[in-house]
This record gives sequence, C-alpha cells and structure tokens, in this order.
Amino acid sequence: MAEFGNPEVVLEEVDILLIGGGMACCGAAYEIGPWVQAAGGDIKVKLIDKAAVDRSGAVAQGLSAINTYIGSEQDPADYARMVSNDLMGITRDDLTYDLGRHVDESVHLFEEWGLPIWKTDEKGERHDGSKGMTLLKDGGKPVRSGKWQIMINGESYKWIVAESAKKALGADNIQEHVFIVKLVNDKNDNNRIAGAVGFSVRENKLYIFKAKAILLAAGGCVNIFRPRSVAEGQGRAWYPVWNAGSTYAMAAEAGAELTMMENRFVPTRFKDGYGPVGAWFMLFKSKATNAFGEDYMDRNKEMLDDYPPYGKAAVPASCLRNHLLLKELREGRGPIWMDTVTALGNLSETLSPREVKHLEAEAWEDFLDMCVSQCGIWAGENIEPEKKNSELMPTEPYLLGSHSGCCGIWTSGPDDVGAPTDETETGVPDHLPKGWHWGYRGMTTVSGLFTAGDGVGASGHKFSSGSHAEGRLAAKAMVKYVMDNKEFTPELDADVDTLVEAIYRPVRNYLEHKDYTTAIDVNPNYITPRMLQFRLQKIMDEYVAGISTYYTTNEQMLGLAEQKLEILKEDALKMRAKDLHELLRAWENYHRILTAEAHMKHIQFRQESRYPGFYYRMDKNFIDEENWKCFVNSIYDKESKTYKCFKRAHVDIVDKSKLFK
Amino acid sequence: MPTFVRTEKCDGCKSQAMTACMYICPHDLMKLDMDGSETGHAMKSYNQEPEQCWECYSCVKICPQQAIEVRPYADIVPLGAMVQPLRGTDSIMWSIKLRNGTMKRFKFPIRTTPVGSIDPYGGKPAADMAKIDEPGFFNHNEQNGYRAGDADELIRK
Repeated sequence: MAEFGNPEVVLEEVDILLIGGGMACCGAAYEIGPWVQAAGGDIKVKLIDKAAVDRSGAVAQGLSAINTYIGSEQDPADYARMVSNDLMGITRDDLTYDLGRHVDESVHLFEEWGLPIWKTDEKGERHDGSKGMTLLKDGGKPVRSGKWQIMINGESYKWIVAESAKKALGADNIQEHVFIVKLVNDKNDNNRIAGAVGFSVRENKLYIFKAKAILLAAGGCVNIFRPRSVAEGQGRAWYPVWNAGSTYAMAAEAGAELTMMENRFVPTRFKDGYGPVGAWFMLFKSKATNAFGEDYMDRNKEMLDDYPPYGKAAVPASCLRNHLLLKELREGRGPIWMDTVTALGNLSETLSPREVKHLEAEAWEDFLDMCVSQCGIWAGENIEPEKKNSELMPTEPYLLGSHSGCCGIWTSGPDDVGAPTDETETGVPDHLPKGWHWGYRGMTTVSGLFTAGDGVGASGHKFSSGSHAEGRLAAKAMVKYVMDNKEFTPELDADVDTLVEAIYRPVRNYLEHKDYTTAIDVNPNYITPRMLQFRLQKIMDEYVAGISTYYTTNEQMLGLAEQKLEILKEDALKMRAKDLHELLRAWENYHRILTAEAHMKHIQFRQESRYPGFYYRMDKNFIDEENWKCFVNSIYDKESKTYKCFKRAHVDIVDKSKLFK
Repeated sequence: MPTFVRTEKCDGCKSQAMTACMYICPHDLMKLDMDGSETGHAMKSYNQEPEQCWECYSCVKICPQQAIEVRPYADIVPLGAMVQPLRGTDSIMWSIKLRNGTMKRFKFPIRTTPVGSIDPYGGKPAADMAKIDEPGFFNHNEQNGYRAGDADELIRK
C-alpha cells in the first residue's frame, strides 16, 4: 500500500501529452480532436493539470476584457506592429502576425459557447453581453476599451472554455491535481522529448508518462521577486501566484532554447490590490497624475526623446510609460493618482441617472470580474471611485510571454510569411535550427516538445484569446508530428528509480531528518520551501533590479546574484516536504530558481537597458540599437547546470516605420 | 484577503463526491481537516496557507453551503470590509459592504447558454488532412474570424 514517502508508481504511455490546463491547453484540447479523427483516430491524447481545469491558469478568476481581438477593421500586420512597439522593437513578427490572423476564430467560439460579450448598438450605446444582440461572427459590434480590447462579462470565462475543452477531449483523458515537474529526453536522442514525470497532490502516486509529443503550457512566473506586500498580502500577486515558471524551467532542463528571458513586466496597477487600469484609462478616459495633479506623461515627455525611435511612437511602450512615472516617485512627487473622480464626473455630465448607475456598476464590475481584491481594498478604505481617487503603483517584476511581456521559449513559426531561413549572428550552438521555422508550428528546438501561451517567447500581447489560439495551432502541428513519426517509440533517458528518487527527494529529506530537532521548521539538514522562496526573492529583489533598488542593477550586483543563486540551487536539493502540499511548493520553487537564473543571466549578457521603466543596467543605461537590436537566447546544460547565452538576429517582417511620428 | 471558512456552515461536503473547495482551489490551499487534529474542527475545511491566497474566489463561488468568505489581507486593508458573491447559472450577485457601512449590490451576467450545453463540434466541419500544413484551424473560417491580412504588408515575401 502506497504511503507518504513510498509512492505508488504509475507508468502510462500516450502519444500526445498536454501539460497545463489554462487557455493554451484548453485551446489545444479543443482543436486536437478533429485532427486526430482525420488522422485515423488512434492517437492517444492526455491533459494533465496541477489544479482543476474549470479554474486553473491565469483566467481562473475571470476577466473583464478580451485583450486581443483584431476585428474585421484591422490587419494582423497592425497587430504585429503594436506588439513590436510595446516590446521595444524585438519581437518575432512571424509569430505575432500568425496569431493575429487566427485569434478571432477563438473569440467567436467563446461567444458561441456562452461568453457574454458587450455590444454597441447603432446609436453608440453599450450593452452588456446578456442582451442577445448580433454575434461578433455575424457582424455584431463589440465595445472597444482600446484598439485591441473588447469588454466582456467574464466571471465564468475559464469555466466556459474549460467545458468545451473537457467535452472535446473527454473526461477520461484529463487528469487533474497532478503536477508535472520534469520532462524526460529520449535515450537515443538527447534533443528529443520522450516523456514527463510528476506526482499527485492528492494521493501518494507518482506518474511517469511516455509521449511522442508534449505541449508544455504551464504559465509564466510569479513570486521570484520580493513582492511589495510580504505578509498575508503576498498572495495578491498581479499575475496568478500559482504560475511558478514551470514552463521555462522544465523546457530549459530538457534542452530547449529560451529567448528574451531578460524581458519582464512591471505593470502599473491600482496600489496593493493590483486592479486593472486598462478600462479606467481607455473606457472611462481617466488620467493618472502625480501628487500635485500634474500629468506625468506630459510633464516628463522630453524623457521619451532619449529612446529613439521607440520614444517617438504614437503610443509609448509600457516600459517607457513606467519610466516617466518612476521619475515622479524617485523625485518625491508621489503618490501617483488615478483620477477616477474627474473621469466619472465628466462621463456623468451627459448621462441620465439610469446610465450613471450603470456606469458605477461597470466601474466595480471591472474589478469584480478579475480582481475582487481591489474591491476589498476599496471597501476597506471607504473608496467609491466617483468620490475618492485611488493610488497607482508599479508592481514587483513578473516574467511571462502572453501578456505585456515576451520572455519564453524559441518556437517554430509559420512558413508562409517571409520569416528568415538562415541565421546571421555567430555563436549559435550548432545543433540549433538556423531560421525561424523548422517544420512544426509551435515546436521548440527540442523535437516533439511544443509550447503555447506564456511559453512562446519573443511575441507577447496574446493574452487569453491569443493563448487559446496558439494552443490550437500547436495541437494541429502535434498531430502532424505524430503522424510523421509513427515509427518512433519513446525511450526515457533515465530509469524509473532515479526519477522517483529525484521527485521525492524533499519527502526523503524530511522523513530522514525531522526528528533531529524538536520544532520541524528549524532544522540544519533541510530548508522549507517557504524559506527558500524568501531567499530567492531577497536575492532577486536586492541584486537583480527589484523594487528595493527602483529596478536598478549593474554588472557587479549581477555577479553577486549569480554566486548566490548558484548556492541557492545547491540548497534547493535540501528542500523538505512534510506533506504532498509542501512537495508541490518545493517543486514550484525549484522551477522559480531556474527561471530566475535565466532572467539574471540574460540581463547580464545584454549590454544595454532595453526596457527602461522595467529594469535599468545602470552601468549600461542606454539602448544600443546597433549592437543589441537582436534576440538574446540561451540553452541550459543540465549536466553542468549552467546557462549559455548567445545572440540571434532580429528581422522585421512587417514595416515598423508606420509607428513613429 | 485570504479566505476563511465559517465553522457552523461548513459540512465538509459530506454528501458530495468530493470537497468542493479543495477540488477547485487553483493553488491547493483549501484542506479538509478529517479528524480535527489541525484546526480543532473535524470534517471541516480551512485555508492551509492564507498568505498564498490570490483571493480568486473560486472556493467562495463553488461552496454549496456558502460557508466560505474572505477577510481582506490584514497587512493591507482596514477591517470591516466585505465582498461576497452568490453565483448562479447565468448571473452573479455581489454584495459589498464598505467599512463605513455603505452597502452596494451588483448583478452581472456570466453566461448566455445553459451550463453543460456546449456542443463543441456541433455544426462544425471535419478536419481536412490535406490542409494540415496550411494556416487556419480545422473549422477554418466557419466562425468568420480568420483575418487573412493585406499581403503587401509582409515586406520580405
């Protein structure tokens, strides 16, 4: 009988494994069925989620908008340009363009499945999504809260998308509450995927999967930096606290090439609750000011001239907007205010009392649909937005590839948009592909390993809808990969005992040493996952441009971080797990360390400050277009446990000159 | 604002197949204290790691007894606030109490179709293997959402 410390080992063979249950894997789960059927039907697919699909991933709480909807009036090239501009010129146009042409196909399905989407009537009045107006697919007009965003009543967004995914794949092919922690390469080809291993967070069971193709889409990375709130409030991360960098860490250990891991996102949000600001700026036309009511974007606009051509864009990049805001905080002109009072006052002037009531509901719903905590803060501080303004604050840094960030995995793109087929930078390891597509859309540089959503680097701004569409693109390509590799039988490059030992090491550490001390949390033979996380956060915050240094670092500080992270990685082998819950935390934190290390190494390699407002290399506090308008990529050697960084050439596939004044 | 469980309301989901909050929490926080050894309250659930709570309200919304509420993060928020939903099949009702006693109530739609009614492939074409290398999904443009784009925009083609 299995017991804690002596788990039952379950071996399973599938053709395609989907790791994660968020928007990307739900998209894959939906798209894959018809292709499997068209391919003859004997391809076994399984989805593994560490939580429950109905409420897992970044959309678990819901959303108040779909942030990527192209619409019939815009071109995918416009979308690719916007993404490039917001990410300071270094993105893969092939990936963003491809996403742009496909994404609305998913949005229209969401509406068919029951997601309420706000509409504008012929008089220009807006209506919530329950009114049964013309569907988007039939020409219905959404309510735009920005050029690319549309408003929804999205409390059940994930629930709806999950229902479709679960029905499409079948309940028997979905396993919840199993955390995959390691990928396994093929015994006969170390650049090929052969399986994945993990454990149940409910039972003493360890799972070893063999698979020909794997979609790794397990979200971005939260809580590698010390957050602004360090007690109960540390759970109130801007991005979901359960996104632990598993995507990047597992891919890196499997040998996949990472890209732009120096990129981060530091969202400026409502202070402490991290409520969204998009609708306030774009739908309610609110302004943000310094303590004296001055619009800092106007006051500091000459600072944009330091960053040509990016500072000349009609809409400055998110990092540059932070750059102008941070000057106010550094020079003592905080707090930063969102002037909700004036915004709602202005809007109310022309509205009937009924419409004013509706406006108030819209303002609260924006938070209730996706960030209830912000309402808790408003309630606790007696804030009614029409009567009292709220503070804004830039958060601790986050790593992700689907929102306004572009770190992730180097991924094969489409072959019909004119992407490069060769590489002009020297220093790329020989075994890696040269051009931007190598056979299968969404595949990483490891054969059979695919990714989507937060996993795909050098793109960004795909958000919920784009992640779903990207999962679908990968699903289709995975079926093709499996068809093309019918003769391939995966063989794991590690034996079962070694894998079991590695995964359960924190449990063994605990059982072996727990009685050495009278209080189990303080023991010289092990470290709790919680304390290890605090140590990681302290290193990253103090040396790798966290909040305590106003996002600044330099070569010397990065050198210290490198030493400290190396030791932390050694100590990670001494994490303890007193139960399955703590084993989950131990592995999440191991993934966080590998992700953090990649972030640090990439910042160290890039000899400039590409994202002013997100981080500053104070010893290289400029943008160097001549030498560094390129991708920084890396691969991890799991034997020596080190990252190696190198450049890849950047090429524009759509014309960017239209962006600049 | 971590979740808390009202002792007198929680019944441990005794009559259900599984403990709802424990099942749904995306971060594995809710735990059923089987024998009362951890909380003093046998067969009732609790939040085992409140400082990791994202306040996503997934457990609050799913609890069949409405036994779960949220007390805003004590290190951030003054006492006295309450934000509580009642989630139905097509809409959600929110009750908000400000510290000063002001009450607000909102109702929003959450879904336009009956729960469980999604027919994922109903009315959709089969995938065409001949097109697996081309852009587009299995139901290419069945949703009128494929944006082919102006070919002249692709400057390297």
